Amino acid sequence: MPQPRIGIFVCHCGLNIKRTVDTQAITEALGEYPGVAFATDYDYMCSDPGQRLIKEAITEQRLTGIVIAACSPAMHEPTFRRAAEEAGMNPYLCEMANIREQCSWVHQDREAATKKALRIVNTIIEKVRGNHPLEPVEIDHVNKCLVIGAGIAGIQAALDVAESGFAVILVEKEPTIGGHMAQLSETFPTLDCSQCILTPKMVEVSRHPNITLLTYSEVVNVSGYVGNYTVTIRKNPTYVDPDKCNLCGDCENVCPESTESEFERGLVQRKAIYIPFRQAIPSSYTLDEETCLGLRPLRCNECAKVCDPKAIDYDMLPEIIEEEVAAIIVATGYELHPISSLGEYGAGLIPDVIDGLQFERLLSASGPTGGEVRRPSDGKIPKKVVFVQCAGSRDPEHHNAYCSKICCMYTSKHALLYRHVVPDGEAVIFYIDIRAGGKGYEEFVQHAIEEERILYLRGKVSKIYREGDHVIVWGVDTLSNRLVEIEADLVVLAISIDPHPSNPILSKVLKISCDAEGFFKEAHPKLRPVESLTAGIFLAGAGEGPKDIPEAVSQGSGAAAKAVTLLVQEKLSHSPEVVDINENICSGCGICVNMCPYAALAVNGGGVAEVNEVLCEGCGTCVSACPTGAAQLKNMTTKQLNNMIEVALRDV
Amino acid sequence: MSEPKNNGFEPNIIAFLCRWCSYAGADLAGVSRMTYPSNIIPMRVNCSGRVDAEMIIRAFEKGADGVLIGGCHPGDCHYVNGNYKTRRRVLLLKRALEQVGIDPKRLHLEWISASEGTKFQRTVTSLTERIKQLGPSPVKNDPANRCYRPK
Repeated sequence: MPQPRIGIFVCHCGLNIKRTVDTQAITEALGEYPGVAFATDYDYMCSDPGQRLIKEAITEQRLTGIVIAACSPAMHEPTFRRAAEEAGMNPYLCEMANIREQCSWVHQDREAATKKALRIVNTIIEKVRGNHPLEPVEIDHVNKCLVIGAGIAGIQAALDVAESGFAVILVEKEPTIGGHMAQLSETFPTLDCSQCILTPKMVEVSRHPNITLLTYSEVVNVSGYVGNYTVTIRKNPTYVDPDKCNLCGDCENVCPESTESEFERGLVQRKAIYIPFRQAIPSSYTLDEETCLGLRPLRCNECAKVCDPKAIDYDMLPEIIEEEVAAIIVATGYELHPISSLGEYGAGLIPDVIDGLQFERLLSASGPTGGEVRRPSDGKIPKKVVFVQCAGSRDPEHHNAYCSKICCMYTSKHALLYRHVVPDGEAVIFYIDIRAGGKGYEEFVQHAIEEERILYLRGKVSKIYREGDHVIVWGVDTLSNRLVEIEADLVVLAISIDPHPSNPILSKVLKISCDAEGFFKEAHPKLRPVESLTAGIFLAGAGEGPKDIPEAVSQGSGAAAKAVTLLVQEKLSHSPEVVDINENICSGCGICVNMCPYAALAVNGGGVAEVNEVLCEGCGTCVSACPTGAAQLKNMTTKQLNNMIEVALRDV
Repeated sequence: MSEPKNNGFEPNIIAFLCRWCSYAGADLAGVSRMTYPSNIIPMRVNCSGRVDAEMIIRAFEKGADGVLIGGCHPGDCHYVNGNYKTRRRVLLLKRALEQVGIDPKRLHLEWISASEGTKFQRTVTSLTERIKQLGPSPVKNDPANRCYRPK
């Protein structure tokens, strides 16, 4: 192998690095390091002249590798690797030494910081010395996209991908699409009727030639990799043929069994054979097997007897559908924190303490009360309603530590709509502080406070209990520093948003991570907000974190754009910094196979482990476990690491 | 680095930081201009699950007075579950270190997320302080005490 000729480029970053690190001294010292052929420093290496300096040096000095001693690789690694490539160098021979974020910015002693910077650069020189040129792994792909979840985010994503000309499979767990948005009455801050803006999109989904809609279905398994995922979907039997069902409702009338309506959030009952709401898509009834008297053996066949179009089929079986897709968009959505866990607020045992979504149903013209606000216990119109914000949010000791983001706005909307429906009613809101960031949001809240005579009390509610006909609310008004006791007719809790219960299951199926709260984790919180860390899997909507409708829609479109960017490519590429097995020393023990979180390893017919380079994400867990040292990460071998450790500890 | 004797002991600490959480947390500490002792030399690895006994022992053998491993919080691993494997490995290794005369307190595993710049600063500061109190590693300058020889 030819002698290495490594180039070192020390960036001053203006004064950001130069102030605490003696850049000139380290440049001189680095020039003496074995294998270094060229070392220089410059004000801003990332600038155009800086990059030109690098490119010229690569050609003129015939460099075999370069180290840019500057900021964090998370910041500019792609920038400098591109520059290297433009100068004809393999980009994987370019590495960054982080002497800004992890050195000059965190230390004040110039001498110590300079010595540390030198050690950091030395380790990276050792890495580059062991690096090899790598080529991205190329893969063919299919042309379909899977969208999981058909709430507003999933609907938007599916429509955008379908409009771009690609086939979409939209999977929804519930019998209808629409998600939580279908339950809302009006939306803030414009008070658009939620159904009126959502249902046309739902119809579009059902009619779009590029969309295959699978409701009452679940994704049970995913294997493969970006561009070539194999997805197994279980379509649960609805026992009703949607093509024959004409929504006459005769079956519902004769059904003897009922349970709480999920769509109406338990405010009313529904039958075992039901349609969640009239505008549901697909437009068909569903027979809920659990509530039904029994199908195997058949205990009652009243519904089939009265069904004129003969749409009911008790022999329907679950269907297992397998599909090949290139990309997956995950839009599971949210669920409300269980009211039963809020012991201080009655744990769901006080009928007139309800959650925000139940109040939406009370306000909705299509709801159980036809849009009249009537309280659940006795159907009376409540004259005093207390709204409690942050019920379960921003409460790290007992519930969720995070802010649920949408409650400030919807509580304001609830109080305002309540005042419109019950003009002589009194609305009181307990809040910690009001978070109304968004277009027209602050104005909306101000309007509610000033024009709608809604009383905002800053403080938390400590206890809610029932006394006779009333619900007593104990709270504190921290602005006047007084304890408050309110005799309310109805209490509405702005309950914290939890990640959808299917998130942990799907995170295992899809091999994507969740954060500590259980929301899907994005690849980068700022720069890659709709991507998961697994290539080809994208995120949209509240499954990734609490968000309102405009944000969910933007994210749906964003995820669709990312998926389409992938679908339009002729071939896909994957980072080549993956694991490599030395077949000569692999004993075929298979320990690595069990260690791999991506199922990228297998022991082949020849009795040695084999890596699927497309599946491997390069974590190196198998390398740590390999007893013979046969498994090595490309460009981060044990030998490289050992050399790096050695120079990191060497006196400078 | 010239090493002041006795009370002026400046330890060498190697930090293996996982790329997605702890390394990013260290970056955040920098962006937030937090300050901490400069005794730590960071090394980026993709996952804390890559950090094996060999690397840690190698570090001690080559003169480290302390080793920090920074990983994602349990359940939060970028690579699904690498950090759980690290946790088990570190627990076992601590026992082994004790047997060869290295105080297991010199090896520290911490979960630091990308948003926990403060935690990174706090961890490095307290670990440096702890190692200073423990004094120089017994392996250093004592080849006879070597517990491991590379292949």
